[in-house]
Amino acid sequence: MTYQLDFGGLLQYTDVLAKGVRLTVTLITVGGASGVAVGVFGAWARGFSRMPWLAALVGVYVELIRNTPFLVQLLFIFFGLPSTGIHLSSLNAALLAIVLNLGAYATEIIRAGIEAVPRSQIEAAASLGMSRFQIFVHVVLQPALQKIWPALTSQLVIMMFGSAVCSQIAAEELTFAASFIQSRSFRAFEVYFVATGIYLALALLLRQGLRLLGRAVIFRRAS
Amino acid sequence: MIQFSLWDIVRNLALAARWTIALSLAAFVLGSTLGLAILFARTSRPLWLRRAASAHIELFQGTPLLMQLFLSFFGLSLFGIETSAWSAAVVALTLWTSAFLAEIWRGCVEGIPKEQWDASASLAMSYLQQMRHVMLPQALRIAIPPTVGFAVQVIKGTALASIIGFVELSKASTMITNASFNPFTVYGMAALIYFALCLPLSTFSRYLERRLRVTHRH
Repeated sequence: MTYQLDFGGLLQYTDVLAKGVRLTVTLITVGGASGVAVGVFGAWARGFSRMPWLAALVGVYVELIRNTPFLVQLLFIFFGLPSTGIHLSSLNAALLAIVLNLGAYATEIIRAGIEAVPRSQIEAAASLGMSRFQIFVHVVLQPALQKIWPALTSQLVIMMFGSAVCSQIAAEELTFAASFIQSRSFRAFEVYFVATGIYLALALLLRQGLRLLGRAVIFRRAS
Repeated sequence: MIQFSLWDIVRNLALAARWTIALSLAAFVLGSTLGLAILFARTSRPLWLRRAASAHIELFQGTPLLMQLFLSFFGLSLFGIETSAWSAAVVALTLWTSAFLAEIWRGCVEGIPKEQWDASASLAMSYLQQMRHVMLPQALRIAIPPTVGFAVQVIKGTALASIIGFVELSKASTMITNASFNPFTVYGMAALIYFALCLPLSTFSRYLERRLRVTHRH
């Protein structure tokens, strides 16, 4: 007897999948925006702040996160932290893990952008009497983000794929929905095939969205 | 109830880490072999071959590794192939690794001046000869730092194999947690073991990259 593929049986679960997609989108938009914010701060601390202890601290954070798997970070936050008295819901734990993980990668990416800003521009701004902070915000940040926008986009897409792992702590995102349907219908291959297709589509949308966002915010010319 | 001392936890995690290393090695060796084949296809002349190679790359870079693991775990058996968690994990990680390495290496081959293709073609070299004697020796030099860097991604990727039930470091952590009720220590230790595996590689990769940049300047 051969296995008959049956995608029709999945139709009744459309709303489960839709709910999962909604949460995946929430995770990557909220987590993504906060993670990039952490990255901007980290890049400032490591590449611009002139505070060696802060730079070293951020350096340790970046290395710790970049050299351990996202899954283990997630499990540590969700199962390990409660013994220190920090209790997080699965959604909050997933968000925190995404922010921390993305923050580390974004720090490194944005720092590379900051280093690519010509020194002469920073000196010119300093000679106009701008403070270090003003220089960072008005002179360095925008060109730095412009240079690394494609790399940051790729990292966000990778993070969205990583968010599939959040199903492991019962955050009800797309993969969780797929596994739920699988356990009901026993149509494992079909469900995961469809979920994979949805991820592919979401990745395209995310790239497109970030391109538009970049054009509207990052590549905008000061008027 | 069995009491777990810290030593018990560390020892059992270290035993499980052998499987993380084995899976990483298998995925990396098989993945780089397949990746090399895809690199050849991606830089070859026939259009359909190039298209097929880039479709492979797009597909495996454009979907979550976890989904690839699920599909290979549940999908291979549809074709009547007996799958264990180990074989499904090796297949999925190999395909995933090959896509990323092929793309990294393509960048290295394309970094070589175009004229060298013309020059070697004018010496009547075939495509394979061009790759073997002209392109790859030069590409290899710039390819090593990012390849070593990607090895870190492979090691971290193997953690996902725990989800389809392969007992490596992450799965062992969950199992020990369930027995010892001490998730903080167990997951913390597991993270440290991953860190100990990955940090030397990422440091080495950065060192190689810096050295390459210095030699390029001269």
